[in-house]
Amino acid sequence: MKTYEEINQKIKSGDAVVMNAEEIINYVEQKGLTKAAEEVDVVTTATFGPMCSSGCFINFGQSSPKIRITEAWLDDVPIYSGLAAVDAYLGATQLRQNDPANMYYPGDFRFGGAHVIEKLIRGEQVQLFALSYGTDEYPTKEIRTYVTLDDLNQSQMVNPRNCYQNYNIATNTSDRSIYTYFGHLKPKMQNLVYCSAGQLSPLLNDPLYTTIGIGTKVWLAGAQGHVYAEGTQHSSDCNRSENGVPREGAGTLSLTADMKEMDPEFVRGVSFKGYGVSLALGIGIPIPILNEDILKQTTVRDKDIYAQLIDYATDYPNATGKSLAEFNYEELKSGEVSYRGKKIEVSSISSYSKAVKIANRLKDEIQNGSFTLAEPYKKLPPKSSTKSMKIINEK
Amino acid sequence: MTTRKYLLQFPEKAVGKPLIYHLAKDYDLMVNIFRAKIDPDDTGYMVLDISGTDENIKRAALFFKENGIIINEKMNGLTWDKERCVSCGNCITHCPSNALAITDRSTMEVSFNDEKCIECMNCISHCPFNACSSIFNNTK
Ligand code: SF4
Ligand code: SF4
Repeated sequence: MKTYEEINQKIKSGDAVVMNAEEIINYVEQKGLTKAAEEVDVVTTATFGPMCSSGCFINFGQSSPKIRITEAWLDDVPIYSGLAAVDAYLGATQLRQNDPANMYYPGDFRFGGAHVIEKLIRGEQVQLFALSYGTDEYPTKEIRTYVTLDDLNQSQMVNPRNCYQNYNIATNTSDRSIYTYFGHLKPKMQNLVYCSAGQLSPLLNDPLYTTIGIGTKVWLAGAQGHVYAEGTQHSSDCNRSENGVPREGAGTLSLTADMKEMDPEFVRGVSFKGYGVSLALGIGIPIPILNEDILKQTTVRDKDIYAQLIDYATDYPNATGKSLAEFNYEELKSGEVSYRGKKIEVSSISSYSKAVKIANRLKDEIQNGSFTLAEPYKKLPPKSSTKSMKIINEK
Repeated sequence: MTTRKYLLQFPEKAVGKPLIYHLAKDYDLMVNIFRAKIDPDDTGYMVLDISGTDENIKRAALFFKENGIIINEKMNGLTWDKERCVSCGNCITHCPSNALAITDRSTMEVSFNDEKCIECMNCISHCPFNACSSIFNNTK
């Protein structure tokens, strides 16, 4: 049994024993759970993939004469300015003004909010165009200028839904190609696509939210940030295996961190033909090994984590909740699975190799004393489910 | 007899010359064109196989250079930007030649083998990270 304070003491003195969630599997197998739980202080977990519910709050600083922005664009991408004078929110999936979207199906969606975020973090200049109706104390009505991340007073990434605990596997049973946030799904189930780091993924290593809670410190694209709430659509009340690991979407996290501390390698605008724009993010979360139970959960293997195969041609859009089959991540990562006697190619849109890199970066930072742990001040809701929308036709 | 695969890139002024005619007549070469874009007002390219004696192929290469044509022997019509690639693997099931592949399933890293690439362009629209591009496809 260890406490957060003891682990942080060891981190500060450079003595913490840290392993990533892949390495810990064999280590515990060799040493046994009891011995390993005494020795290991922290297990690092990570994920890298598209996370649509992301964006950032920005403060541009005042112009002279001042402006109370009512409408604004960064590189022609509309940003939300229903906030104080020069504050705005830039959302990842926002399309560029005049993007033809799916008018010529499937659209290309080459550039949107996520790409602006990537450019800012790369240190590149982006164009600000802002309008106002003008007031007595904020007389300026129009501004066109260029800004970089350094010019901004604040640039705080605030992501309402990141780090899905687990996710669907997508396929297409129809006889035409479909274009989704899982990419191109070929007709008649010619391919399956998944999106998870499996055994490395943060919430799959802490399936019952024992240490990952509100207030937990996280590595968000290289910056030190934290979990500020449960993520939107957090559905902890879900179908779980005996080991507690969800067999479907389940929990999510709301994360925040300062964009000025981020590394552009882990913040990437992505374009999905026929779907739109999203932001791929790299996230690492440390799990303190306070006791054997916590350690045991981090030894989960790809073969013990299942996900549901969902038909994105019918069942997903119509929200039927039907699953065609389930596969574990060991099967999925092999690149081929069989379904009703037929072999189907498998690919992913998350990156396992980037997740390994992030877990190792976080491990290094903990070992060299620059990343300490924070104890959550509140648990994630253990039994929450997602409501669907009511459609009211008449009142 | 040797066969070489070339990607020829034409600057504006070199477009419009009877190139293939010269290859056949002056250097006794057999030419097989896979892909070409020739636009008199613009730059152009041509992907071709040239078969003949080593000596004649060498002379033809000199002829290209004299005419301002850029010879690209590595056939990198398709450019895979290693830095932009995150190894998500989305392109793998859309690459018919396995030029883009995960060769080691323990690391799940994606690599590109330009010798296998048949320049079908599939990966360009299937890479969400914009890691693949081609001079043959100016929409990127
Ligand atoms: S152009 Fe075609 S063959 Fe070449 S790497 Fe891309 S998908 Fe594969
Ligand atoms: S889809 Fe793009 S980023 Fe993903 S593995 Fe292929 S080339 Fe790399």
